[in-house]
Amino acid sequence: MSPTKTDQDAATPEAAPRPRPGDPEITPEVVADHGLSPDEYERVLRILGRTPTFTELGIFSAMWSEHCGYKNSKPLLRLLPTEAPWVIQGPGENAGVIDVGDGHALAFKIESHNHPSAVEPYQGAATGVGGILRDIFTMGARPVAVLDSIRFGDLDSGRNRYLFAGVVSGIGDYGNCVGIPNIGGEVFFDRAYDGNPLVNAMALGIMKREELIKGEASGIGNTLMAVGARTGRDGIHGATFASEELSEDADESSRPQVQVGDPFTEKLLLEASLELIRSGHIVGIQDMGAAGLTSSASEMAGRAGSGVVLEMSKVPVREPGMTPYEILLSESQERMLVVALRGREDEVRRILEKWELEAEAVGEVTDDGHFRIEENGRVVANIPALPLTDGCPTYEREGVESDEIRGLREQNLSEVLEPRGDLSAAFLDLMGSPNLASRRWIYEQYDTTVRTSTVVRPGGDAGVIRLPHGKRGVAATTDCNGRYCWLDPREGAKAAVAEAARNLVCVGALPTAITNNLNFGNPLKPHIYFQMREAVLGMAEACSLFETPVTGGNVSLFNETDGKAIYPTPVIGMVGVLDDVERALGHGFRDEGDAIILLGENREEIGASEYLYRNHDLVAGAPPLVDLVAERRLQHGVLAMVQKGILLSAHDCAEGGLAAALAESALADPERPLGLRVELHDRIAPVALFFGETQGRIVVSCAPDDVDEVLGMARNHGVPARVLGAVRAAEQGFRLDAPLGSIRVDTAALSERYFNSIPAIMDTDGDLPDAAGASHE
Amino acid sequence: MSVKLRVAVVTFPGSNCDHDCYRAFRLLDGVEPEFRWHREAELDGVDAVVLPGGFSYGDYLRAGSIARFSPIMESVVRFAREGGPVLGICNGFQILCEAGLLPGALLRNNGLRFRSHDVHIRVENPGTPFTSRYEPHQVLRVPIAHGEGNYHAAPEVLAELEGAGRIVFRYCTPDGTLSEAANPNGSAHHIAGIVNEAGNVLGMMPHPERAVEPVLGSSDGAPLFESLLDHLAAAAPHAGELTT
Repeated sequence: MSPTKTDQDAATPEAAPRPRPGDPEITPEVVADHGLSPDEYERVLRILGRTPTFTELGIFSAMWSEHCGYKNSKPLLRLLPTEAPWVIQGPGENAGVIDVGDGHALAFKIESHNHPSAVEPYQGAATGVGGILRDIFTMGARPVAVLDSIRFGDLDSGRNRYLFAGVVSGIGDYGNCVGIPNIGGEVFFDRAYDGNPLVNAMALGIMKREELIKGEASGIGNTLMAVGARTGRDGIHGATFASEELSEDADESSRPQVQVGDPFTEKLLLEASLELIRSGHIVGIQDMGAAGLTSSASEMAGRAGSGVVLEMSKVPVREPGMTPYEILLSESQERMLVVALRGREDEVRRILEKWELEAEAVGEVTDDGHFRIEENGRVVANIPALPLTDGCPTYEREGVESDEIRGLREQNLSEVLEPRGDLSAAFLDLMGSPNLASRRWIYEQYDTTVRTSTVVRPGGDAGVIRLPHGKRGVAATTDCNGRYCWLDPREGAKAAVAEAARNLVCVGALPTAITNNLNFGNPLKPHIYFQMREAVLGMAEACSLFETPVTGGNVSLFNETDGKAIYPTPVIGMVGVLDDVERALGHGFRDEGDAIILLGENREEIGASEYLYRNHDLVAGAPPLVDLVAERRLQHGVLAMVQKGILLSAHDCAEGGLAAALAESALADPERPLGLRVELHDRIAPVALFFGETQGRIVVSCAPDDVDEVLGMARNHGVPARVLGAVRAAEQGFRLDAPLGSIRVDTAALSERYFNSIPAIMDTDGDLPDAAGASHE
Repeated sequence: MSVKLRVAVVTFPGSNCDHDCYRAFRLLDGVEPEFRWHREAELDGVDAVVLPGGFSYGDYLRAGSIARFSPIMESVVRFAREGGPVLGICNGFQILCEAGLLPGALLRNNGLRFRSHDVHIRVENPGTPFTSRYEPHQVLRVPIAHGEGNYHAAPEVLAELEGAGRIVFRYCTPDGTLSEAANPNGSAHHIAGIVNEAGNVLGMMPHPERAVEPVLGSSDGAPLFESLLDHLAAAAPHAGELTT
């Protein structure tokens, strides 16, 4: 590499790179192929003061893609609250970081791998987990848990079963091998996700406060080192690919844009990185994720306000003959860029060698503010770093609601409130819906107990892990109902935040902060932009009121297949804190005779429900209304009861309504299902009473002796509460009675429906994922 | 001044239960666990060795098949042949089979999928250095998490294991009944764990180290580690580390 300094101004002729022999000429078509609009290209010309080289065009294309540049979402993201006294690191770094007490900091983030998973589900999902784990350990935190939030089209299609099986197996194999427990998440099936599955992975990591490190290239003369796996030709332009709509023929032709994961190397990289960070030999570290070396190096320079120079011939590659363009835009997995203190390169190498990995000096930090690329000493790209990383044009668009969706929301649903036939039969059918049935088939493929810190495992409202030493713990959940958001994005986003918070208080955790994954269609369409804007506004309102700031996240746009968009799906990944994990609560009823109490109120709401989708093939009506103030009171009330130790279980009412929530609590332990007897006095249509998805409700159970205290505490917190009935032995059946209808089912039949529906769909035919990843443990 | 027992927990590249095993010993008195990197050649006078779970070398060729060539394995084999207690859990069990310290092999689960959940196992032989604190036929609840735990061996090997009481744990229902439904991976004779002929080398697929505290869901695994310490303490005086 040539350490000579260049002039401050890239536009001067001597610093300007000349076109590289063999590189394509820059024509309007080539520019368009790189996803840059004519206006954006104009801006490139202004920044450089000349025509870019092919390498430079590739760099701009990646950095100004939606995936890296957030050009369609940045103005909206500014509307979200991001601050609180406990926030150590807000948006803009590899992951958000909050103080969780006892000197511990929690790094956490969610990220999407939707497009790769649509094309190659196993590798797409696996590398999604790999990427989010690297985001965590590059902050200096040891990853301690992952969650997965995944969505597919209906399982009656073989393609969807293939995608579902492949994604679950990819998530499982990767996390299992690295040794990070999966503690929860969500899965949702609806034809809106046909052809465009959503795969969002969230990870949590723990560090001591002082171990925090950032992705900054600081210290003039310090050495940039490429660490970990070699750079190959996989995933080139993945970031740009992720920012386009999928077309029918995307499957095959896009495969080279999907990366291949190696969790074993990731495990070594994790241990090596943490050792490096603790060693004091490095000042910055960043994953080579989306847009690979380009984004890691330029962002590290941009954050530090420095420049960098990289010599392409020094980058360890998998095959000879790779061009700077390919090296810079490769998204080969399990690679990191570290900034080593000058003179400590050998120490860095020794640590990497211990973990059987490579580290190679590929460049250095400069003071000229430029992102400069050389190939055998010859400049092939020279771009001012800050305009490259922060100068991406942003767009605020006009959002207009779709008339069709408004019409569906306002549809009169009085007819569907009349039950079609027997309520008990409808209930049994509903509990077999893949959206309500037990998720055991999924999480039994995930290691949930490695690291011996999992206190509440998947299957309940939220996962809980304990912190090292002491009694404190952290809980996490992911939530979003896309149907609600489609019919009313603002209310739907509020509901997602509210449900996440309810899930956390159900396990006894105080909701603390949020990472979000904004999955939407093509923002250039006014009705999609409307959805984005409304969803962000709803989220902002709920987060402000709940004091759960957003510390980072991910935006995934262009989730459309052949012009049809997914439901707007702003997934909320929320974390909370427990003072004492021994008080953590599960969602399952414990014993015969325990009292069942409902906190919150029943309302006659059936819009946007799973019942409508399943029974009437209808996605319509207003989603359930969210009363944020009532939600806040409910959260505080439940937390106070958990602190007091008087609850035996707590479970949120969500999809499937009150009847489903009661069933889930009764069937929490597959080895010991329980029955129940519940009497409701609400004079509202039974379909809505049993299956409506009214918000702000939590079903708790307690010992009969504690009923008065639970009711009293609810009253003190302004939470409506009443005894619904009691837990019974399985043999006594599952009985709900209301003035206008009742449900009476056999516990064994209910249990059979609940536990066997997904296995019955998935284990009967040959939609196994590609053998590619299934060959090892 | 008292002598602390020393237990080596071996870390291979890709081990991921090493810290969990370390912690399980840390919860007990009178023992000092220590991590040993797989490239070390000598065991240096430890009292027992644990090969933890994980994915050594990614299990890319076959679970445990590369780890057995790690430099430390020569010492582990020698230690075991001299009667030193060796415990292999999950991937550690696979490595012990690959290294020839235990017979048989662990194949892909019969459902061909990774399985992670609690299982019940029945103590078949409380007479080993690892099980003395258990009652005969006591049922334990412990997690499994593996894709290749389907124990397989030739009929004469299985007969020998049965005849000599070398099957230490079998998968069972909560009330201790053996059934196909309670066998999570298709293992021959419901085998969850076996010992070598001398009884000092135990390999098991379930994770006792994940069941040592009630807050984690079960403490049924704790007596296994306590049994091992009883055994070591009762053994001849050793050259352990001196602590105050």
